[in-house]
Amino acid sequence: MEKYKFPSEEWIRAYKEELNKNKAYEEAAKDWEGDFLFIISPGEGVEKEIVFYVDLWHGKCREACMLPSREAKKTAFVLEGPYSNWKKLIMGQLDPIHAIMMRKFKLEGDMGKILRYTKAASELVKTASRIPTEFTI
Amino acid sequence: MWEITLPRTIVIADEASEYLKLIEGRKAFIVTDRVIVSLGFVDKIKSYLEEAGLDVKIFDEVEAEPSVENVLKCVEIVREYQPDWIIALGGGSSIDTAKAVWVLYERPDVKIDEINPLTKLGLRNKAKMIAIPTTSGSGSEASWAIVITDNKEKRKMELASREVVPDIVILDPEFTLSMPSRLVADTGVDALANAMEGYVSRWRNDISDVLAIAAIKIIFTYLPRSFRDSRDREAREKMHYAAMLAGAAFSNSQIGVAHAMGHAIGALFKIPHGRTISAVLIPSIEYNLREAGDRYIELAQAVGIGGENYEEILRKFIQRIRELLIEVGEPLTIRDLGISREEFEKNLDELVDKAMMSTGTIANPRIPSREDYVNLYRYAYEGRKIDF
Repeated sequence: MEKYKFPSEEWIRAYKEELNKNKAYEEAAKDWEGDFLFIISPGEGVEKEIVFYVDLWHGKCREACMLPSREAKKTAFVLEGPYSNWKKLIMGQLDPIHAIMMRKFKLEGDMGKILRYTKAASELVKTASRIPTEFTI
Repeated sequence: MWEITLPRTIVIADEASEYLKLIEGRKAFIVTDRVIVSLGFVDKIKSYLEEAGLDVKIFDEVEAEPSVENVLKCVEIVREYQPDWIIALGGGSSIDTAKAVWVLYERPDVKIDEINPLTKLGLRNKAKMIAIPTTSGSGSEASWAIVITDNKEKRKMELASREVVPDIVILDPEFTLSMPSRLVADTGVDALANAMEGYVSRWRNDISDVLAIAAIKIIFTYLPRSFRDSRDREAREKMHYAAMLAGAAFSNSQIGVAHAMGHAIGALFKIPHGRTISAVLIPSIEYNLREAGDRYIELAQAVGIGGENYEEILRKFIQRIRELLIEVGEPLTIRDLGISREEFEKNLDELVDKAMMSTGTIANPRIPSREDYVNLYRYAYEGRKIDF
């Protein structure tokens, strides 16, 4: 089975494709409107921050790509954390809301809104864990 | 890193409320309801505060299952009065209202639905808070949760901030003696569910475990006694402590599907919280067994239930809970709540939508899909044993 290198443009494209197949996510996020920057902080072998853009709209992913910097797009939410925590999240070893509460990730944006879509958040992570991933760092 | 947050001071035993005579400050604002006024509790608390040299103002219009409008009305009065103590006197509704009012008083720039665990509120610049529960159930006095009903969206907002855990909790057994048995049961079952869900939650930890187990042991022993006899002072007192322990337990871990489902039913059908929880409690446990059977076995053993194998222990444990609910006259099904099949089916989609939005969904040991929730509700409506 082909493995997608993380982080990479191929990985985030595969994520978009997988997310758009996820019926549980679609149901849980049917009213969701809001885009994200997912940022891997520098450190742990990451020289400069790595930025993904994911646009989520009514249960679907409209766009997903890498960006050169966080300044490239202004989004409703920014989720930021070190590489090791992203790895755990993708491997399904961390619950996203619990991880935010434990300060393993920093969230900017309307936390109240996120807390009303906890099931959708959980499905976002489940989707990531379904992608055959090769961690390159 | 996981922060455990508990009240700084907990005052217990006979005449605990006399602690108020030692409070230092200028103005106290009491948040309560008319029943509590009619029972004479407000006069008593007011007199102690006045003895301590404080001016006192009272808001006695807290509703059962308080709404956003109810909170906003109270906030206006608080802002004008400028107290340095906010005192919640009553059940979970009064305490939750007081917490929300406190936030909006300190932070006029914050909207009620913006109260969440990650927003720094910076409370305690204007006032501190004392909670004096008069029921033994929600555990709001020890929790960082606030449940306020949004009538427009017909949903219970599960707000939370570690900063709203009261500074002082006064657990005066005297206040529990006038509780009617129905209220004892409704609130006691809420305490039971708080402790059980806190114990099996995916967010549990060693500290919340200790609190939950302590609460459950007390509840199994004393809830039936407290229900049967309002003069059983020991039982009422123990249940008062158990509710606080259970509140601290779930608050420092999380609620689960019983609360997620119960909040949705309560918001749509205006049914008291404890009863909605009771109606879904057994199905929620049966649903969770696949992922958390070992945790329920620990709970069973903590209340003295044994058996030759795990299946037998779990069967006996669930039967014991069923008997407890029957003994205190609590509903075992959603149908028992007086909701017709037609009304139930008409609202099922919305019930599921609301349950899926609850934090209890993702912190539950087994995370339900939409289909699971549909089935959970249908099985709970009839009281069918969960087989999926």
